[in-house]
Amino acid sequence: LFQPAVSVGNVGQLAIDLVISTLDMTKVGYFYTDCLVPMVGNNPYATAEENSTELSINAEVYSLPSKKLVVLQIRSPFIKNKYRPFCEALLSWVKGSRCARVVVLSSSHAYQRDDEQLLGTPLRYLLTPDLEKAVGGLMQELNWKEMEKVAAYPGISETDKVLHIPGGGITKLLFTESCSKGIQMAVLLKFCSEGDNIPDAFVLVNYLNEWLQLVKSEVNSSSQWKIPSSWRLLFGSGLPPALF
Amino acid sequence: MATFFGEVVVAPSRAGLDEEEEEREETPEDREIRRELEKKRSGREVDVLWSGLAQRPFVCSRFVVAIGRNAAAFLSSFILDSVCWEVVGVVKLWNEWCRTSSTTNVLPTDSFCLFYRLISDPTVLLCQCSCYVAEDQQFQWLEKVFGSMQKEGLQVTILSTCPVADYKTQESTLTLASPFLKALKTKEFQERVCCPLLEQPNIVRDLPAA
Repeated sequence: LFQPAVSVGNVGQLAIDLVISTLDMTKVGYFYTDCLVPMVGNNPYATAEENSTELSINAEVYSLPSKKLVVLQIRSPFIKNKYRPFCEALLSWVKGSRCARVVVLSSSHAYQRDDEQLLGTPLRYLLTPDLEKAVGGLMQELNWKEMEKVAAYPGISETDKVLHIPGGGITKLLFTESCSKGIQMAVLLKFCSEGDNIPDAFVLVNYLNEWLQLVKSEVNSSSQWKIPSSWRLLFGSGLPPALF
Repeated sequence: MATFFGEVVVAPSRAGLDEEEEEREETPEDREIRRELEKKRSGREVDVLWSGLAQRPFVCSRFVVAIGRNAAAFLSSFILDSVCWEVVGVVKLWNEWCRTSSTTNVLPTDSFCLFYRLISDPTVLLCQCSCYVAEDQQFQWLEKVFGSMQKEGLQVTILSTCPVADYKTQESTLTLASPFLKALKTKEFQERVCCPLLEQPNIVRDLPAA
């Protein structure tokens, strides 16, 4: 199962859009939930007149049986105080459906990085202990960097370290809950800021691809991903000519 | 983003979570307090009061919901009158933006949510909802209203308005001939739609979406 966390720059969600759009996944269901702000629109992955009129809502599930892949896309923010019930419902669905592994795509505020994190790759990963046993070695081979823990009480004591993912939305909660429930979960995240986050989404989805080889890697790192039609006009309508 | 030289304003993050909410680990006491608070959250309850309906769930063949002042005014001006329609229900709610009035004799400037039934065909229901239903109340509204009606053979039409400035299109919205109509429909709706469908990447949110 791949899913995004609603996080800074919406990078996880954009990356998931690229996965669904490129692999031409089929919608198989949705979450009927009171935890997310309602929204509805026409098919965001429409490629032609014929397939453009299917309605799409805030939390939908897509699948690709050939790769045994299921993807959850979350399209709107959490309603106040509802993110915990949503995480609980989500993780119990993951366990109940006997999903083997979960990958959460997320992001974290770039401005919260410490001096060391400012250098080198902005990508990080996390593995729950159950998944660490299975793929920890692979992460070493790929030369990936694990998300660093930070001091719980900076300035007072540097010995107690905790996981801190600022701007990551429900990422930390999902991860810590999965650790305690024995779920095999990986978190892949990128440090970024709000703005035009399309390049961040490409970087994150290529990071995912390094590990799981969903599509053939090309030299030009964005050409193997298909941009969904709904990405048009991400920054609003056209400008009135009279402005100039 | 600076308002005056030297002041930095933190841009709201689309992560949508308050930092404090995320940071606090929930102890068993916290969980208990949270549950009690949720139960006491009676201020945010949505109450639907029906009158003159013989049985619940009642039979409904067509349900027209007008959300927002403009849509509600449309129904008042062109459809509703005191001869053919009778009031059969009212929604009482409160949130930071409005409190619904408790009478059924409402003024157009009041915030209200009323249900009307066509006297000659009692399976036709109309709803005028000019009050704002907050995010955390939308699901409740939905469940309580639709929970009271039988849904087989039901056709629902939702009327709503959005600012033209929110519409995303290749050209500038200044040059668009407004107002204009757009529609969204489910697969099950087989009849002809009287206007073009809403193009991507436009979306509908809040109560009409719910």
